[in-house]
Amino acid sequence: MANYSTNEFKAGLKIMQDGEPCNIVDNEVVKPGKGQAFNRVKIRKLISGKVVEKTFKSGDSVEGADVIDVELSYLYNDGEFWHFMNNETFEQLAADAKAVGDMTKWLVEQDTCTLTLWNGNPIAVTPPNFVELEITETDPGLKGDTAGTGGKPATLSTGAVVRVPLFVQTGEVVKVDTRSGEYVSRVQK
Amino acid sequence: MQLSDDWRPSATLDVLKQRAALLQKIRQFFAKHDVLEVDTPILSRFGVSDLHLENLSCQLSNFPQRDFHLQTSPEYAMKRLLAAHGQSIYQLGKVFRDDAVGRHHNPEFTLLEWYRINFSMDQLITEVLELLVLVLGERPVMRLSYQQVFEQYLQINPLQASIIELQKCLSRYPHISDLVARESDRDTLLQLAMSIVIEPLFDKKAITVVHSFPASQAALAELNESDVRVAYRFEVYAGGIELANGYQELTDAKQQQARFDQDNRLRSQHNKPQKPVDFRLVQALESGLPRCAGVALGFDRLFMLAENLDDIRQALPFSITCA
Repeated sequence: MANYSTNEFKAGLKIMQDGEPCNIVDNEVVKPGKGQAFNRVKIRKLISGKVVEKTFKSGDSVEGADVIDVELSYLYNDGEFWHFMNNETFEQLAADAKAVGDMTKWLVEQDTCTLTLWNGNPIAVTPPNFVELEITETDPGLKGDTAGTGGKPATLSTGAVVRVPLFVQTGEVVKVDTRSGEYVSRVQK
Repeated sequence: MQLSDDWRPSATLDVLKQRAALLQKIRQFFAKHDVLEVDTPILSRFGVSDLHLENLSCQLSNFPQRDFHLQTSPEYAMKRLLAAHGQSIYQLGKVFRDDAVGRHHNPEFTLLEWYRINFSMDQLITEVLELLVLVLGERPVMRLSYQQVFEQYLQINPLQASIIELQKCLSRYPHISDLVARESDRDTLLQLAMSIVIEPLFDKKAITVVHSFPASQAALAELNESDVRVAYRFEVYAGGIELANGYQELTDAKQQQARFDQDNRLRSQHNKPQKPVDFRLVQALESGLPRCAGVALGFDRLFMLAENLDDIRQALPFSITCA
C-alpha cells in the first residue's frame, strides 16, 4: 500500500495507525510563522471504532490502509459467518461476528449492505438506512390509538427491539431507520 | 445551464468596509508615531533561507539566468532601507508563502511589518500592545518569557532540560505521544510543545506575549548578551491565533552570514534546496544597521480578531480557493 504525505491528509483518507486501519475524520495544520508545522489529526479506528487524536510533523509520510467499501447483498447466516454476494459477479464474501457486530439485527436477506474491506477482508458491515422487518412479538395495543403516545416495545424477526405506536400489531411489517434504531412507519404487505 | 455563485467574493461588503477602515486606522497610528510608510519589492532576486518557509518563485524573460521570488516578508529589503537611511519604517503589503491553506492560512496575505530605530525588544512589545489595544480594545495582557511559559504550563525548564526529559514530559499528552517517541530533535520537540500543547492553553480573551526564545530559534534576532541561551525574539498571541513575531534585530554582519549558512546546512540535512544568500543584506549590515527592533504582524488575522471572524476566507475579498 502506498504511503501518504501529510500534504495529502483530508477527511476520508484511510491510513494505518497502531496496526489498525483508520479513517481520517478531521485534519488541521498548525503552522507557526517560524518553525516546524504540524498536522493535528482526528482519526477513527475502523476495527475498534475508537476516535483518537494524533499529531504529525508536516511533510512526514504515513502508511496508507487498503480499505474499500463494497455494496453486497446479504444472503444468510450459517451460525458462524454472515454471507454476502456481489449481484453482478456472484462472488461471495463471508463476514465474521466481529465485523458484523450488533448490525446483525438489521440484516435482511436480499438487502444491499455496505461492507468495509481491509486487505480484502470485511471489517465492518453497514446495513441500508431503512429496513423492513416483521414484528414477531408485541403487546396488543388499544384499538383506535394513534401514533405519538410513547408507544410500546416490539420484537422484530431479527431479534431487534424497537418502540412502535400502540396500534401496531404482531405480524405487521414495519420500516425502521437503522442509524437511529427508530420506527418510521407501517408497511402495507 | 445552472447559474454558479463561484465568482462571488468570500467577504461581505460590510466586512470589506471594516477592512478598509482598519487599514486606515493602522496608517494613522504610524503617522502619529512618525513612522514612514514604504513599499519594498514583493518580487526579489533572493528568497528566504529559513528551513520552514518556502517562497513562490518565477522567471522573468528579461533575466533568463535567474529565479525571482515573491517575498515571504519584506524583512531583507526593509533592513537595507534602515541601514541606508536610519529612519523608522513600516510596510502594509502582500506577502506569499507556499504552505498550508486553512482557517488561519492563505498563501497570499497582508503583513504589517515595522522597524523602530533605537528600540529594544521590550519597547517594541509595548508599542505592539498599544496598537493591539487600539484595534481590539482593552484586554488582559500576559507578558512571559519562553522559560516562564514552559515552567508554568509544563513544569519544565526548556533551556536546561535534556532531550530525554523533554520527551518524558511531553509523552504525558496522548495526542502527541507517538510523535514524541520518534522525535529526538530538541527544537522540534520544543516547537511541538509550544504549538500543540501550550498555545491552546493561553487565555483566548487575553493578549499573550512570549519573549526570550531559545538561541537555537533566534531566526534574525540578536542574542541576549547577558544570557546567550536566549535571543531577543518575541511572539504575540490572541484569541487562539499567533499574531506577530518580532526581534530586537541582529546587526552583526558576520553573525548574519553565519545564520544564513546555518539555515542552508539545515536545509541540506532535510533534503531541501539551499538558498542563495542575499549578499546585499549582508553588505547593508557591514555598512552598519542601526540598533533597532522590528515585528511582523498578520493583518488579516488581526482583522479576524477585531471582527470576530473564525475563518480567514471571511476576511479576504477572495481567498485562494476562489482567487
